[in-house]
Amino acid sequence: MPKLILEVTDLKREFRMGAEIVRALKGVHFTVEAGEFVTIMGSSGSGKTTLLNILGCLDKPTSGVYNLDGVNVSNLSRNELAQLRNRKIGFVFQSYNLLARTSALENVELPLYYNSEVSAKQRYDRSIKALEAVNLGDRLHHLPNQLSGGQQQRVAIARALVNDPVMILADEATGNLDSRTSYEIMALMQDLNQQGKTILFVTHEPDIASFSSRTIMLKDGKVIRDSKNENIRSAKEVLASLPVSEDY
Amino acid sequence: MKFVNLFKIAMKALLRNKMRAFLTMLGIIIGVAAVITMVAIGQGSKKSIQDQLSSMGSNMITIRPQSNQTVGGGARLDASSVQSLKLEDVTAIGKQAQHISALSPAVTSRGQVIYAGNNWPTTIQGVYPDFLTIRDWPLKDGILFSDENENNAAKVCLLGQTVVENLFTSGEDPVGKIIRFNKIPFKVIGVLAEKGENAFGQDQDDIVVAPFSTVQKRILAITWVQNIYASATNESATDDAVDEISTILRTQHKLKRGDQDDFMVRTQAELINTFSSTSQLLTVLLTAIAGISLVVGGIGIMNIMYVSVTERTKEIGLRMSIGARGIDILLQFLVEAILISVTGGIIGVLLGILAAQLITTFLSWPTLVSQSSIVLSFLVCAITGVFFGYYPAQKASRLDPIEALRYE
Ligand SMILES: Nc1ncnc2c1ncn2[C@@H]1O[C@H](COP(=O)(O)OP(=O)(O)O)[C@@H](O)[C@H]1O
Ligand SMILES: [Mg+2]
Repeated sequence: MPKLILEVTDLKREFRMGAEIVRALKGVHFTVEAGEFVTIMGSSGSGKTTLLNILGCLDKPTSGVYNLDGVNVSNLSRNELAQLRNRKIGFVFQSYNLLARTSALENVELPLYYNSEVSAKQRYDRSIKALEAVNLGDRLHHLPNQLSGGQQQRVAIARALVNDPVMILADEATGNLDSRTSYEIMALMQDLNQQGKTILFVTHEPDIASFSSRTIMLKDGKVIRDSKNENIRSAKEVLASLPVSEDY
Repeated sequence: MKFVNLFKIAMKALLRNKMRAFLTMLGIIIGVAAVITMVAIGQGSKKSIQDQLSSMGSNMITIRPQSNQTVGGGARLDASSVQSLKLEDVTAIGKQAQHISALSPAVTSRGQVIYAGNNWPTTIQGVYPDFLTIRDWPLKDGILFSDENENNAAKVCLLGQTVVENLFTSGEDPVGKIIRFNKIPFKVIGVLAEKGENAFGQDQDDIVVAPFSTVQKRILAITWVQNIYASATNESATDDAVDEISTILRTQHKLKRGDQDDFMVRTQAELINTFSSTSQLLTVLLTAIAGISLVVGGIGIMNIMYVSVTERTKEIGLRMSIGARGIDILLQFLVEAILISVTGGIIGVLLGILAAQLITTFLSWPTLVSQSSIVLSFLVCAITGVFFGYYPAQKASRLDPIEALRYE
């Protein structure tokens, strides 16, 4: 039986807005096994980001239990959470969040600076390998503003990969990209998943969700559907079938 | 986190915004350079006054008459009108004092010297030959006057360089010539080496030196002594010498216990201290002004660091999301602040030294860059960095990662 990476039980998250209480998550249940490629879908405001932030140890639930890789995260201190984010989680954001005026290589190296077990040589080698894995081996010293949106997102993915995390969390990672570039990113995600990475991918586009192996649908802070994908599309094939863009 | 990593992160963050880092540094650079230069000017003038004063003879002790009577509202009589010192006092000191190596009474008078149609207003000083030992003043030419000259009140004299230049305009040898001081003929038997200006800017070479008795009796026609000069056997003996002289003079003058001294004994060291303390005050004032500019520089750092924390909120959020702990963020901003202030400090020190050099070269003010001022302003810099960098850094470290990430 495959290992459980994620286990959330009755997860609730409430935000206090003055006198009002916003209930963003109203009791979420699910588990994720190692090697799954899960998309979390739902309309805007359904609680996807809130959920992902908790799963990524950036936020704490108001109540409920969250086990990550066998560890109950609810009991951890701020510093321990930081350590978890550093070692077990790779985050990919919609807006890339690369440091400006900082080369692709240095951006990818960043997480390893916060890991004192990694030497300078290892940091350099691993970052280059991560960039090669996202096909940016020839763009090591480019600055973010010298890269296209898709390339910037691939740098961000390399940065998420460099610490060899147990799972990758992506929040609308294709939200800022055109469809062709989105498919390229999805192809990359599928490759990574093939190599054994667990992926949780937040999106509101059904088209994108069709590349994953499982879809969890959120509505008003609750899971309304959780289903395996019957026919998973291959992003590579979709890319190949697209007419060659004139932009290239 | 490893310190090298911390250092590299802070360094990269600064290099990403070189112009801003430099402008922030500018406050510190100017502050430190000002401190170094101001202290150098203060110390330099102090040193030059000290040097000039000790060139007058560092073991020199001066004894002057002083009134012990008060008139009217408590004001003392003018020293020059007091006649409390006598030649017997000199003899007594010479006989009894253990800690002095040379001793001379002195009287001075102003007058006109004439030689071959050249006319020059100057001062004549009547002293024992020992006076020149006390003042550490060698002869350039000729001989000193003898005890016999002293006993006979002989009309012989030594000339200072300025007097020589103004009387012997055609460059003849003054030794052996006869000059007139207030119509009295004097035979020139020697010429004094050049001494230059003293600490008060007076030309020490504008002088005629003659035997004490000659000036006292033939020119001034007085019975008292205006000043007594002595030399302590060495610098550490000056205090003992002063005590000794005071005791001898009190006995000589038959002063009772509780009576005030009718004389004043001053050492060169005291004179140096008096002047040093004035220039010390100058140094303190200049340093205070410069210190204020350093604080202003520090506030500049704090200001920029606050702006920087706000501006880089998203960066902080990102760093936290990839595993930076609060302490990592705090240290990063702190190290950035310290790097700015310490680099600014180094540049400021170099600039300050350069400025001091330029001031000496172009304004010919004496300057002295002291090691302590370098070390001190450097420490102040580092402390400024920590102090003014801490609060912004702490603010950064307490940010909530999600809030920070969402910040636009
Ligand atoms: N920090 C917050 N403070 C108050 N309300 C919040 C906060 N974050 C999210 N919410 C609310 O929680 C709900 C879910 O938000 P979010 O998870 O961002 O939705 P999604 O990512 O699915 O669009 C929304 O109603 C949103 O307004
Ligand atoms: Mg969202």
